[in-house]
Amino acid sequence: MDSQLTIDQVRNAIQERKTTAFALTEEHYARIQREDEQIGAFLTLSKERALEQADRIDRMAAEGKPLPPLGGAPIAIKDVIVTRGVRTTAGSKALDNFIPPYDCTAVARLEAAGAVVLGKTNCDEFAMGSSNENSGFHPVRNPRDRTRVPGGSSGGSAAAVAANMAVAALGSDTGGSIRQPASFCGVVGLMPTYGRVSRYGLIAFASSLDHIGPLTNNVRDAALLLRTIAGRDPMDATSADVPVPDYVAELDKPVRGLKLGVAKEYFGEGLDEEIRQSVESAIDKLKNLGYEIIPVSLPHTRYAIPTYYLIATAEASANLARYDGVRYGHRTNGVKTLSEMYRRTRDEGFGAEVKRRIMLGTYALSAGYYDAYYLKAQKVRTLLAQDFKEAFRTVDAIVTPTAPTAAFRLGEKSNDPLAMYLADIYTVTADLVGIPGISVPCGETKEKLPIGLQILGRHFDEATILRVAHAYEQAA
Amino acid sequence: MKVSEKDVAYVAELANLELTPQERDGMLRDLNSILDYVDLLNELDTSNVRPMAQVSAGENEGFGDAGREDILEGLRPSLPHDVALSNAPDADGTFFRVPKVIER
Repeated sequence: MDSQLTIDQVRNAIQERKTTAFALTEEHYARIQREDEQIGAFLTLSKERALEQADRIDRMAAEGKPLPPLGGAPIAIKDVIVTRGVRTTAGSKALDNFIPPYDCTAVARLEAAGAVVLGKTNCDEFAMGSSNENSGFHPVRNPRDRTRVPGGSSGGSAAAVAANMAVAALGSDTGGSIRQPASFCGVVGLMPTYGRVSRYGLIAFASSLDHIGPLTNNVRDAALLLRTIAGRDPMDATSADVPVPDYVAELDKPVRGLKLGVAKEYFGEGLDEEIRQSVESAIDKLKNLGYEIIPVSLPHTRYAIPTYYLIATAEASANLARYDGVRYGHRTNGVKTLSEMYRRTRDEGFGAEVKRRIMLGTYALSAGYYDAYYLKAQKVRTLLAQDFKEAFRTVDAIVTPTAPTAAFRLGEKSNDPLAMYLADIYTVTADLVGIPGISVPCGETKEKLPIGLQILGRHFDEATILRVAHAYEQAA
Repeated sequence: MKVSEKDVAYVAELANLELTPQERDGMLRDLNSILDYVDLLNELDTSNVRPMAQVSAGENEGFGDAGREDILEGLRPSLPHDVALSNAPDADGTFFRVPKVIER
């Protein structure tokens, strides 16, 4: 079968016995074997589990039973998402040997819908990074240009989809970690509303910001995956009890009359000229499709990155306290006391960026600084939320660039934490405010690097941003 | 300089990190540069703004489970003992084993 498959094509081909899920799975493993040494997208393969599932799907097809919606679709899972019996590291040496005893709800739902889990994808350690260079194992290279980063932190998931080593993947987004790598690798990346998808089994980085979402080759597949993983889960009290629409059926609703906002704050200093032109021409295209384009203002945008780095690091410092070498994960050798064991274990297990964030977060929460940093940031977060609330009174969605630049070179920003943080300048606000966002490819730079168009929507209104992204994709 | 060498040592202790002398130097530089950048927030007068307490469209929209009654038996059975211990770096079959806590 050819390389760029949609999930529907996979399912139909297996249903009609033109191929088997088993053959397709083997084909993907062969491609991984051939190509991943150069790219580095995968950390662990779950071959036994995948072939067992493929076999189950093939038996259904052989018996003439209708296949479930993802029947036989080979999917990759970011390694911050736990998988029963399959090593899960979060990209960290601290969890080098961790075998989870349970499945993440999102993975269980994908498998119940027929997906074949190929393996676990590389990422920045504990999802902390924007280039995948913070992986505790090895960096990932961008399939479109191997001297460049794939973005991060879901860089392995984006690269696996872009290189056709998986038909789709799950990633996680805390400050842009699904949308920014999707933009860098030329695939679709969707961050759902906060609470839309259960985080049960997502290794926690910053609990008020973490989301699970899909990376796919096209918008329809993103809608299909979201429909599969969305919805309340009693195992996660922050999963919302809000009805899940049929995102796939909603895609083809007419777009005429919908209002799209364009905020000047997302086109200011730091935006690469080629990206600006591409995104502006995408906006023109949307206008021609019948959308009304309306200027909106999001005046607090420039405060989003500092707000994010206080809140995310504060929450991370608490969440990562659990890695102490007692119950699972790495433990140091040859120490005499418990407190020495904790410190050495953490020193050896964590990489530089994780330590930096734990330190910053601990400082921001420490006595005497809480009001000046953490509380201040949570107040500015309220202002950011008000910006969007105001804008969504007049528009149905907001279109922006996904990232200020295309994929940068490996090593280009790795010694400058602040420069790296600014790679997320257009994505972090949606995480802080809890609204959904999608990145869809919108052209290339002169150097043939993909560019992403971001569409942000109202809380729990993924249907609209998917519809806009789909309409754009069909027209482009 | 907002953060001193002493602060770095103190925060590392709170965070249960040891850090090498080189790491401490790097931390001093990076924390100060990030905190200088974060100062941007002080441009905003937030004296009458409420800190965000819940990430949702409205007050608690859709998050009914956050305030549910406790469930006596739990939402799923607890992990079997051996499974819970299976990832432990050191265990004796019943308990996790750690270095001595009390010196004598």
